[in-house]
Amino acid sequence: MEPWIERQKNILDFTLSSLLRRKGKNLALIFVYAFIVFMLGSVLFFTHALKREASIILQEAPEMIVQRTSAGRHNPIPLQYMEAIRKIRGVQSVRGRLWGYYYDPVTGANYTVMVSQNLKLEPDKIVIGEGISRTRLIFPGDSMEFRSQDGTLLSLQVHQIFPAASELVSSDLILLSEEDFFRLFGGSKELATDLALGVRNPKELSTIALKIAEMFPDTRIILREEILRTYDSIFDWRGGMMIFILAGALFAFIILAWDRASGLSQEEKREIGILKAIGWETSDVLLLKFWEGLVISLSAFLAGIIFAYGHVFFAKSPFFEPVLKGWSVLYPDFRLTPFIDPAQIATLLFLTVVPYTVATIVPSWRAATIDPDSVMRT
Amino acid sequence: MRKAKKFFFFIIFQAAVLLFFFVHSHYQIKGDYPSIQQKKLLVRDLDLTDLCLFTEASYTRHLTQADRHTPFQDSPMALEHFPSGSIVSPPGGLKR
Repeated sequence: MEPWIERQKNILDFTLSSLLRRKGKNLALIFVYAFIVFMLGSVLFFTHALKREASIILQEAPEMIVQRTSAGRHNPIPLQYMEAIRKIRGVQSVRGRLWGYYYDPVTGANYTVMVSQNLKLEPDKIVIGEGISRTRLIFPGDSMEFRSQDGTLLSLQVHQIFPAASELVSSDLILLSEEDFFRLFGGSKELATDLALGVRNPKELSTIALKIAEMFPDTRIILREEILRTYDSIFDWRGGMMIFILAGALFAFIILAWDRASGLSQEEKREIGILKAIGWETSDVLLLKFWEGLVISLSAFLAGIIFAYGHVFFAKSPFFEPVLKGWSVLYPDFRLTPFIDPAQIATLLFLTVVPYTVATIVPSWRAATIDPDSVMRT
Repeated sequence: MRKAKKFFFFIIFQAAVLLFFFVHSHYQIKGDYPSIQQKKLLVRDLDLTDLCLFTEASYTRHLTQADRHTPFQDSPMALEHFPSGSIVSPPGGLKR
């Protein structure tokens, strides 16, 4: 065992000296390699953590949402529907949700305005999300003005701000009383935005959904399972920009590996020829090239993953911010809980380190098997 | 010190940092438990259905509540008016 380890150490020493002779080129290579791993790792960490957090938080979302659609658009639902749905066996509770959007011309931001059935608020009092407080610079005790549907100004006092830790769900939220909701948006008290249902036995969900769809053909039903599924496939690699980000990184990596696999430089070939001429075996040359590939790929991979973790979980993904922000004026400032999947890291390791190492060995094997004399003469 | 040894120390250092992140992740998940519970309670009490990720368009703010007339319906790869619509997938319920 001892001679084997010593042989590896000697070859590694030689590999490192050889790499240091081409310091600039190899450092640039490590930098680009690490950057690709960093990008891929950041995307993996960010999407996985977000999906996990969503799957935990949204387990408390309503079991079923019933929307009324008219001419293909979501329309307010009459409260009479609620009475009929309540009579369906298995339905535990039906609540009419009142919510909508308010465009704030002062900041250009969109807010989600909502009435809570559980947290009853006094008229003229509102609870706002941390994002709104940050954007509008308003705090508890301050007043916030809204232009209501009839053109009058409605001044509501900020009673409380949602905790900063809950920004992922409440950043743009304004909670107000039912009375203020109708003053702001108008509409009939016989209508709700949609209905939220509680069901006794989750196994009966599909049966209940079917019964509602039969009773009210103008409704659309959204199950909690679908809500969870939506966030499980959010930033899906198959969809939207994600495929371009991943494909870009993948192609960059393929070019990198292809450059190595397509052939060695004259200098590298001459080096192999000299080594063979002074008595190195083909296996020694291959071992040298294996170590060369491993030194570059492993150090770049580990550096890339380390920076990706720091970027997503310590620095709150500043590189992704412009992409995620889009045209939003109000952007939640949240720190993701570092849910990481070791299997994803292992996959990334397998997909980057192994092909690169193999791509380094193959051309060297070709160079190492030809006559050293002819290699040195070329 | 020989170069091989220096390299091993460098890799061990990087691996140790990675290991530290695994430990950090483990303890941070435990530490974040109260705030996750707080968010769960808020979702339950306010009957919330979506995460507040993109506030620029209604169909990306309430991704799961988007109706069938959202730009997603053109195609998941279609050019979107709002940038966030290009990043996320269409809601699960619409793919039935």
